[in-house]
Amino acid sequence: MPSLPDMTTPNLTALAGQALADSGHVQVPAPDAGQDALVEWLQRMGDNGLILGHRLSEWCGHGPALEEDIAIANQALDLIGQCRLWLGLAAEVEGRGRDADAFAYLRDAGAFRNLLLVELPNGDFGVTLMRQFLFDAFHVELLRALKASSDSRIADIAAKAEKEVAYHLERSADLVIRLGDGTDESHRRMQDALNRLWSYTGEMFLDDAVDQAMADSGIAPLPSSLKDAWDRTVAAVLDEATLARPADGWHHKGGKKGIHTEHLGYILAEMQFLQRAYPGARW
Amino acid sequence: MPATALPRTDLIWDWLSQVPDPEIPVISLTDLGIIRDVQWRGDTLVVTVTPTYSGCPATGIINLDIETALRSHGIEKLELKRQLAPAWTTDWITAEGRDKLRAYGIAPPVDGTAADGVLAGRVSRLMGGNLTIQCPRCGSTHTQKVSQFGSTPCKASWRCADCLEPFDYFKCI
Repeated sequence: MPSLPDMTTPNLTALAGQALADSGHVQVPAPDAGQDALVEWLQRMGDNGLILGHRLSEWCGHGPALEEDIAIANQALDLIGQCRLWLGLAAEVEGRGRDADAFAYLRDAGAFRNLLLVELPNGDFGVTLMRQFLFDAFHVELLRALKASSDSRIADIAAKAEKEVAYHLERSADLVIRLGDGTDESHRRMQDALNRLWSYTGEMFLDDAVDQAMADSGIAPLPSSLKDAWDRTVAAVLDEATLARPADGWHHKGGKKGIHTEHLGYILAEMQFLQRAYPGARW
Repeated sequence: MPATALPRTDLIWDWLSQVPDPEIPVISLTDLGIIRDVQWRGDTLVVTVTPTYSGCPATGIINLDIETALRSHGIEKLELKRQLAPAWTTDWITAEGRDKLRAYGIAPPVDGTAADGVLAGRVSRLMGGNLTIQCPRCGSTHTQKVSQFGSTPCKASWRCADCLEPFDYFKCI
């Protein structure tokens, strides 16, 4: 216990030095506005992978065929692996002592930044596959553009993830075609899935202030700039799948700003249970 | 250990070539092409490793195996560095590694990756295009894909239409 300082002649420099030594923390410069935007954007990248990966993992042991079960679980693994890289970088840039696990397990729903599309319930196998295809087609374009990011850490992660996601798109596009152009039953289910999910696709291409800040500094493309390439992929695959593209209209949005559907809370209740019930548990 | 007694890096590469991949133990970490660099920084050995897949669950075990192997050779100060770029692809697997995979019953990857030409690749495959995977058991090229994914993140499931055996194919990324 240090003795009380003489209140009449406080030595502020010494006191500040003592306080710093006692705190045991390395002083980290406060992030400037640009870093805040970057942390926000990195959470969007990480949360899309985390939440979609978690949704896919719900199929584990329930797939319609063993091979599909394994394929879905493997994609979940890829997405969660990418999420670790994005959220790990978010933690590093933020510089407040959090790590990727703290982002994943200790934030509440309002702090998640994923697209609404990826948190929607799995539905039947057709809905899961269609959601995967619509997202994969967007994800691969985004990663391809990010390979040219002015931030080399982001370009490196994107180059790694692009290879995995291109492979995901091959599979999801193949299956959308096979099931769309399949039996009456599979065609009907794929069209239903498309109709149901369509109003959630618009959010992928909305630009906001964070996106603008990322684009201005050459870190990431504006989401709206990816729309043409996505439209082309979707048109080609739907055409081959004999599925009708729904009319564009009103779109759901909010996920990127933390306004979510009721479904996200249930995902987090399951995903975060262990860390909430036994804080700091390790294995 | 004193600086004069530091083992040469080519010797360390030799040691690492004895460390098996934890999921496909028939090939070593150097066959797999995931050791990017080995060098001394002062008296600390720095080994740079790149992950195969972002989410490969073996990554932690691989680091542990590297550490165990090098410590058993008397390395005291060791640092493992992760390097993402240039991203690992199946092209990094050595020719010797490919032979070992085939002998073990896993068809080695053919050239090219999905990222090179997403839909073009898919279409050529649907049309019965140029992608032929040889059955590692009977050598037949009369084979078909069962699933794009397999028993580990790096493999796909295939089947031979001649000998009728299922086999793993080391998928291309």
